[in-house]
This record gives sequence, C-alpha cells and structure tokens, in this order.
Amino acid sequence: MSTTLFTVTADQFFVLLQHWVVSFLPGSWQPVAATVVSSAAIVLLFPILFALTTVFERKGLARIQNRLGPNRVGPFGILQPMADGIKSLTKEDIVPTTADAAVHFLAPVLLVVAVFMGFAVLPMGRNMVLVDMDAGLLFYFAMGASTELSVFMAGWSSRNKYSLLGAMRAVAQMISYEVPLLLSAVTVVMITGSLSLTKIVAAQDQYSYGLPHWYIFTPWGFAAFVLYAISTTAETNRSPFDLPEGESELVAGYHTEYSGFKFALFFLAEYVAMFSISGLGTTLFLGGWSAPFAFLSWVPSWIWFFSKLMMSIFVFIWLRGTLPRLRQDQLMNFAWKFVLPLCLLNLLVAALWRFMGDGWLRWVVCSAILVLAYVGMGLIGMRSKRLGPRSYRYAE
Amino acid sequence: MLGEGILKGLAETAKNFFGSYVSSERMTTVEYPEQRIAPYEAARVFPFLVFDGKDWEAGMRCVACQICEKECPPKCILIEKSKDKKPDALGKPQFYPTRFDIDISVCMSCQICVEVCPFEAIKMDTEFELSTTDRFGGLLLDRKELAKSNEYYHGIHPAEAAGVDARLAQEKAKANVKSKAAAEVTATRAAVASAIKGAEVPARPAPEGV
Repeated sequence: MSTTLFTVTADQFFVLLQHWVVSFLPGSWQPVAATVVSSAAIVLLFPILFALTTVFERKGLARIQNRLGPNRVGPFGILQPMADGIKSLTKEDIVPTTADAAVHFLAPVLLVVAVFMGFAVLPMGRNMVLVDMDAGLLFYFAMGASTELSVFMAGWSSRNKYSLLGAMRAVAQMISYEVPLLLSAVTVVMITGSLSLTKIVAAQDQYSYGLPHWYIFTPWGFAAFVLYAISTTAETNRSPFDLPEGESELVAGYHTEYSGFKFALFFLAEYVAMFSISGLGTTLFLGGWSAPFAFLSWVPSWIWFFSKLMMSIFVFIWLRGTLPRLRQDQLMNFAWKFVLPLCLLNLLVAALWRFMGDGWLRWVVCSAILVLAYVGMGLIGMRSKRLGPRSYRYAE
Repeated sequence: MLGEGILKGLAETAKNFFGSYVSSERMTTVEYPEQRIAPYEAARVFPFLVFDGKDWEAGMRCVACQICEKECPPKCILIEKSKDKKPDALGKPQFYPTRFDIDISVCMSCQICVEVCPFEAIKMDTEFELSTTDRFGGLLLDRKELAKSNEYYHGIHPAEAAGVDARLAQEKAKANVKSKAAAEVTATRAAVASAIKGAEVPARPAPEGV
C-alpha cells in the first residue's frame, strides 16, 4: 500500500506542490494563483532547458564531427550558456534609424509570447496541464501559426532588404509546412475523435500484452509521425530546412537587424518552439506521458514526458549534424509535391483504419497502401534527378 | 530507394558520435594553450633580424641597404641608415641601421624582404603569440625586439639556417682568399719597389702591367 502511495505522490509531486503553495491564499484567489504558479513554472523551466540544450547541442554536434566542443566555461563547458547569456545581455542593442521602432521591439516579444502559449494546453504529466481545453489542438496550432506574424514583423520593421527577403522566405517556408503539419496531426483527431490533448493521451495510455497503444505503432500513425517530424523540422527552421537563417551562407535572414537581447529572444523562441512542437509530437504520436511498457507505469508520468521530449531534441540535433541544407526550390517542391500528397493519402488511410474494424486485415491494407505510395512517389520523384557520383567538366 | 541516403548518413554520424567517446584517435583537436605542437619548419609569421655572436648590436648582419624597405609591398618597414660605418662580420666597414622598425599590424608575412636580402640578415620567425593590449605601440617592433641570434634561427629553421651558414662561410672564405691575394700583390709590389729603389732607378712608381 505504501509503495502505491509513494508512486502516486511521486507521479503527482508537482500537482501537490502547486496545491500546497496555493493553499496559503484565500479561497477566492486560489484558481488565479494556481494558474500563475503553473505558468511561472513553465516560463522558468523551458528557458533553463533551452540553456542546457544549447550547450548539449554544441557538444553533440562537435562529437558528431569528432571534435570536443565547448569545454572552457565551467566543468566540461557546462556553464557556457551563462557566459552566452551575460554576453547577449550586455551587448549593445542597435535599432536602425529608419526602422519602425515599435514593431521592431514588439516582434521578438510577440514571438516568445506566442511560442510559450503553446505549452498552456500540453499535458506534461498525469493531471499536469495548465488549461484542459476541449479544442486544445486547435488552440495550439492557432498559436503556432501566429509566430509567422512575428517573423514577418521583424523582417518588415527592420527596413532592410535582407531582413525583408529573409522574412518572406521564412514565412513562405512556414506556411508551406503548416499545411502538412496540420494534416498529419488531423489523423490523430480522426482516430481519437477529440481535439483535447488530454483525451488524446488518455486514448494512448492503454496496454495490450504489456505494449502501449501509441499511435506511432500503427501504419497511419507511423506515416503521420514521419510527416509530422519533417514538417516540424521545417516549421522550427531547423537543419536541413534552416534556410531562413542559413548561418553559413546568408546574411542572418529576418533577424539581420537584431542584436543583443532581442536577438537572444529570437534564439530562445526558436528553441522553445522546438520543445513545444516536440512536446506536441510526443502527445500526439508517442503516448504523451504514458510509459512505454505496462510494467514501467510506476515511474512518474512527467519523467516519461520529458524523456520523450529530450529524445526528440536529440533527434533534431542528430539530423542537424547529418543533413546538408536544402535549396529554396527543393524545399518548396518537397513540401508541395511529396509531403502534402502523402499527408492527404494518410488521411484516407486513417479513415480506412477507423472503419475496417479490428483484425489483421487493416494492418496489411493500410501498410501496403502507404509503402506503395512511398516507394512509387520516390521512384517518380527520383527518376529525373540523375543521382550518383558527380561529374566535373573543368575541375580535375 | 528514397531516404536510403539519409539513413546511411544518420548511421555514419551516430558512428562518429559514439566513436568519439571510445577511440581517442578520432579526436584531432589539440587543446591549444595547454597542449602545443611544434611549429612546422616551413612555418612563417613575421620577419626578424639575425645577429651573429653575443651582442645583438655589434653582430647585426643588416647593413641598412634598404632593399627590403623598398620591396615591402605593404610598406611596413622603416629603416634609418647610419652616418658612420662599422666593421661587419667580414671585417669590412659597413653602414648599419640606427633604426629598423617593422609594423606587424601591417606586415602580411609575404617573405619578400627575406627573398631580396643579399646579406641573409632578415628571416621569418615562427613566433605567433604576439597579442598585446597596445594595438599601436605594441605591434610596432623596433630593432632591439626584432634582433634574434643565429642560434635561435637554427632552432626554428634548422635546414634553412645550415644552408645560410654554409653560404656565408663560403663567401667569407672567398673574401679571405681575395684579401690574401690582395695582400700578396701589395707585398710583391713593395718588394719590387724596394728592389727598384735598390737599383737606384728614379723614384717613380713602375707603370701597371710591367
């Protein structure tokens, strides 16, 4: 009995902590205070995670390239983010004289706000969700879409052609990938029958033969997850889709005219968006806070959520260390001619899955459709590509 | 198949990631301030002036001919020639630089000064830790800072320095032979003159070539 009590306490630790903190206040204040406490926790936690991620990313990328990575500030370079933070805080904040100062200031602030709003509906553990909205997924995507506005505000208000071109490129990319992002997430809604993220997690928190009912372990779910992963990579401007920034070949892009702390805010927003969108991917396809095996259910749910989140971040970093950057036309072709048709087909497959009932037949049919479509589109797409060793006319 | 290359690439980077923790051969990084590797013999940074012997001022090979000053593409050398002459290594009286400045913030390490110097007086250094808090004065090196011994030159560029020494020794030997021959000529001439004097021929120097 005591072990069960302990497990429950560990699982609900943060919920109980919040209740305890709030209990010091008069009853009428408590609902507001509870929200404030939870929001503060979110706003504190993710910047800390961001700081840790920047140093682990640099270390991980270095290891992928057989280098050591930062190791000067603190033991193993772990205090590097502190140094970076102090640097960006003490740097001069330059606003171009012809810039629209108000919009120039608002753009990074709005971006960070919009990015943090997404966490409001993400269930980070059992009963650990700030607002349990019925249309949580819709709210999340609405907030996600408003980041594009900030990006364009940044590019427009700088009054610099590089900023504006960078912003237009970034917005074109984000809008192009917003479509497959939504369509891949919609499959989950079709199967679950709910837009509420807590209900989506609850639907996946079941086990048969000790194995979980995560959506990634179904043909349509796997396809949707891969498409979702591709779209999120493009949505958060991560390599290989990091054209908006393209640090090694372009002027910075939409944040060319930003310096000091405002630039740091863009950087923060990019990483926090990565956490948030990984969190959503975890919720939709990887079972949210549920344990990967039934016998591991005693481990606190928030540990599962955050380990899945960090695994996704690791994959992001791994991809960044592996893939070269795409060209703008390749990016657009990929979105509209490959990802989007597969997403649409996947909607059909998810519908088939829903109406074919239980049994092995739906596994065969759904997998066959998706594999054939993938291979077929790959063959058609690669036919005209002339892949292979490159031949040089003048060099060599 | 589509995506095959991406998977191969991911496998390769994963191999690197884990391999870098296992095998130290993969890591090529030299952690510079603590670990150092000896500079390559052909390395060059900024020029310095070679001197022979112990005293840098007396042993300086430079004779202030100012060829390097004229040839220097970014014009970073400033030389002031002396009014008097001092004997050089060969004992020959030569001018010397009363001032020899190189502004290493301007120098582009092209080594042209070294190529044009007929006296093997200026060579390229391998010292690269030259950062200073004074970006004007600290980077303007005068002749005292530029003067480095021939032993130092042997230390940084052994093969090149040995070649230079051999050539200088050859020149010195040639000069010795010449001066010996000249001495002999004067000696013979003196002997002849005294012989003529002895024969009581009018005291007039014998015409050349007789």
